[in-house]
Amino acid sequence: MNKYGPIILLIILILFPVVIQNSYYQHLMILVLMWVVIGSGWNVIAGYTGQVSFGDAAFFGTGAYTAGILTTKLGLSAWWGMAFGGIMAMAIAFPFGWICFRLRGAYFALASLALNEVMRHIATIWESLTDGMVGILIMPSFVSKVPYYYIALGLAVVSVITVQVVMKSKWGYYFLSIREDQDAAESLGIDTHHYKMLSLNIAAFLTGMAGALFMNYMGFIDPEVVFSLHDISIMAILVGIVGGVGTLYGPVVGAFVMVAVHEFFRTGFFGFFKGLAALTGSDSLLTAAKYIGHAHVLGFGILVVLVILLLPNGIVGDWNKIIGKFLPVKNKGVAT
Amino acid sequence: MILFEVKNLVKYFGGLAAVNNVSFQVNKGEILGLIGPNGSGKTTIFNLISNFHPVTSGSVHLDGDEITGFKTNKICKRGIGRTFQVVKPLGRLTVLDNVIAAAFSKARNKHEARDFAMETLRFCELDHRKDALAKSLPIGERKRLEITRAMATQPKLLLLDETAAGLNPSELDAAINLIQKIRDKGVTIIIVEHIMKVIMTISDRIHAINFGQTIAEGTPKEMADHPAVIEAYLGEEYAHG
Repeated sequence: MNKYGPIILLIILILFPVVIQNSYYQHLMILVLMWVVIGSGWNVIAGYTGQVSFGDAAFFGTGAYTAGILTTKLGLSAWWGMAFGGIMAMAIAFPFGWICFRLRGAYFALASLALNEVMRHIATIWESLTDGMVGILIMPSFVSKVPYYYIALGLAVVSVITVQVVMKSKWGYYFLSIREDQDAAESLGIDTHHYKMLSLNIAAFLTGMAGALFMNYMGFIDPEVVFSLHDISIMAILVGIVGGVGTLYGPVVGAFVMVAVHEFFRTGFFGFFKGLAALTGSDSLLTAAKYIGHAHVLGFGILVVLVILLLPNGIVGDWNKIIGKFLPVKNKGVAT
Repeated sequence: MILFEVKNLVKYFGGLAAVNNVSFQVNKGEILGLIGPNGSGKTTIFNLISNFHPVTSGSVHLDGDEITGFKTNKICKRGIGRTFQVVKPLGRLTVLDNVIAAAFSKARNKHEARDFAMETLRFCELDHRKDALAKSLPIGERKRLEITRAMATQPKLLLLDETAAGLNPSELDAAINLIQKIRDKGVTIIIVEHIMKVIMTISDRIHAINFGQTIAEGTPKEMADHPAVIEAYLGEEYAHG
């Protein structure tokens, strides 16, 4: 992305709700921006520091529940959750990292998967605090989607800038060193345990804030939604991988693509199968239309296989490769 | 003046004594060669010094302070830099970024780290490769990057683990040159090396081990004629011949 790219993108995003007043597209864009925040957080710990997390929903759900519980139990505005949700997610991340960063590679990933499940069960069982499977319902602050949009945009911009600042500092160099070779990093005077903790806490804070935003925006959460393994934790990984692991704008691109793919499947290829079934009167097509919405996880799987095979560095990481493939004529023109 | 000392170092891996009661001292500004056949425990001694493996017993001292059991990163901060026999470049970072990451251990800010990294790269004659990805370097330059990175942590004592292995003759001369330049800068060095040309040229003293135990210590000249060293290192026929 060139020098003006981010500014142009930001202007487009600022103007978006003014130009597009269809609330369905505004809704999708709010989700995209929320996923930019979560993806950026995941990118810090997994993409830059190399500690792949399968349990982002633990932080997301903690943030969402913090915001919800502040309202239901303390009568505060759920917007306080934006700050406290991040802090509570860090409070979960801290002991988890302290113990589990003794594990490396796949073992850490498995531990984070376990954390996801533990948090989901706590939220389900601790009914006096969380209302269990009933979930938490709060009154939304705004009728219009536009305020949520700008709050989400602000959060996304803050996330991207935070990641950029961190990665240009000493911390960034240390995170990358740990990713590349933990033993070498340690022998260069880097306290790897300490810096992995820092990285995880940055990720947890951002993800927790996104969770609180989700609570405020959607107005309803339950453990199955916010601690969902495939809709939050796996989705976070996909946003990171599809966009480009360890690239600043990877999560931005990944969020766009993944929300679009998610929606594509959820609506049964934008109602294509339903339409086809109505047109031909075929019962089997109607059944297919019903199930295809539930098959998005299968679609995600196929997408990941394709991305890893064709674009191992993600869309942003392999951008030049994509340009070279699709615009060979232009490339040759430049060369000669 | 003694800068560094290990006393009665012992390391058991299960029932095997990889290092058994090894003691040596290194004076400030000296180059100590550590030699021995494959598997005699040279790299294990380095790993014990930098606490990659905890010692079974014995102690490590730097500048008169005991540093046994300090975390690896603290040992680096105290002033012991090391290279790895199997090089560990930070592959997807540029050469310059590799060295900046190391320079941060003493530098106060990024500007200082960058300047010092560039200075170290020039000193180690690797500055012409600063923008290359570390994983793209050939083995000779990877070994040099290991040294550069260790130097960027501003060590008092540098542990070099076979940094000359796999180099061609001209690279070998350059490596000897670099090690002498580092010594002239006032850095004390312990070097593990199999290439006799290197070890005999640059060592002030040589400490020979076999099966984890000390067999001899002396100047390169003394060691070349020492029957126990010849027997352990060059084979018994040479000892009788």
